Amino acid sequence: MKYVDEYRDPALARSLAAEIASLVTPGEVVRVMEVCGGHTHAIYRHGLEELLPPEVELVHGPGCPVCVIPMGRVDDAIAIAETEGVTLATFGDMLRVPGGSGSLLQAQARGADVRMVYSPLDALELARREPDRHVCFFAIGFETTAPATAITLLRARAQELSNFSVFCNHVLIEPPLRAILETPGLRVDAFIGPGHVSSVIGSDAYRFIPEEYGRPVVVSAFEPIDLLQSIAMLLRQRIDGRCEVENQYTRVVRPEGNPRALAAIAETMEPREDFEWRGLGVLPASALRLREPFAAFDAERLFALPGARIEDPKACRCGEVLTGQIKPWECGVFGTACTPERPLGTCMVSSEGACAAYFSYGRLRRPREEAGVGA
Amino acid sequence: MCLGVPAQIVEVADREGGLATVDVSGVRRAVNVALVDEPDAPIEPGDWVLVHVGFALARIDEEEARETLELLRRGAELERELEEMRKGTVR
Repeated sequence: MKYVDEYRDPALARSLAAEIASLVTPGEVVRVMEVCGGHTHAIYRHGLEELLPPEVELVHGPGCPVCVIPMGRVDDAIAIAETEGVTLATFGDMLRVPGGSGSLLQAQARGADVRMVYSPLDALELARREPDRHVCFFAIGFETTAPATAITLLRARAQELSNFSVFCNHVLIEPPLRAILETPGLRVDAFIGPGHVSSVIGSDAYRFIPEEYGRPVVVSAFEPIDLLQSIAMLLRQRIDGRCEVENQYTRVVRPEGNPRALAAIAETMEPREDFEWRGLGVLPASALRLREPFAAFDAERLFALPGARIEDPKACRCGEVLTGQIKPWECGVFGTACTPERPLGTCMVSSEGACAAYFSYGRLRRPREEAGVGA
Repeated sequence: MCLGVPAQIVEVADREGGLATVDVSGVRRAVNVALVDEPDAPIEPGDWVLVHVGFALARIDEEEARETLELLRRGAELERELEEMRKGTVR
């Protein structure tokens, strides 16, 4: 328990750990999926697994927006960046994601004008300051980030900018969860719901999980104490015979979410017919595109994009990692051909990716699982 | 990039345009506060918000803000986020 003394309240952490241990039945493994990459990162950064009994197994979910972008979309972004007179702006994490023909960072080295921005507002500001160039924002993210792009689009329209566009890759959290819940032989017993996505869509958005699939959900904040509390709440539901959505993050998440954020998304974007996800394949109505009134800002209408479907490298098992079927260290290239410095798969790129979290915090293999507990 | 970082409002520069200046551990930048600025509870200097990609997602209280900042500082996530903020801000 080398980490626990760093927690904001070590005594509370220990008592929660004891409570969790008292809520499991010896030998009966409960598999809990944390949906959000931010949670995955926090779990490994803070050594949370060391506080859990072997009966609680954490499974990592698909909630890392960088990790789920398929290679073909990266190639599309590179095609935009390599267009004469165009600047492509995106978040730092996206620069290193490998596409079929390298990453945006490599395109930048070849001379493409690729810039890292902190916010879509910075991309908009870039367009305002450089009226002779076209600035395209490569937008990624779940419902947490979509309102930022939506409000940026509304501002672009209000400012009547004609040299700004958005390459929209916003994705929705419900479809991949349904896909995972419908996987034959599903081995997930309970879910830790994402925190920040839920501040936008609300905790009620997960009611389909207990109601249609019979699994409990607890929406959780990000600190180790919060996550321990959420795990205890899930176990208590099982003991009480309840199966519902509970909210551990009431200080930020409301049942109905943030109506203004939802309205901004609805005004500017609509669901696509389908979208390809890394590891999950093509999922119907799982992503957003710009609505017709924003066509003048839509990079997919302004640029001729390759739009190719590119198979992931055969050695890379990101898909199985993203759906909780294998642990990162079970992938043959983990930590060898695939490292944070030279990522082969997306899960190794973002610090929220499960592979990067395992690699950075030394979870190269889990002796507990090797010992066969609950396997 | 999915981090929410606690930030303190320094000045509401343009309420109509939803823009405020915030301070994150000594780094100042403009963020959009349109999602958290309620007519009956306007955002004011000194308030704490959770910022994600330049947008305030939620209001938080000071105690939570300070605890989260401390945790992010220990985990080096804060440094990384501030670096992205410095490098990725168009001034």
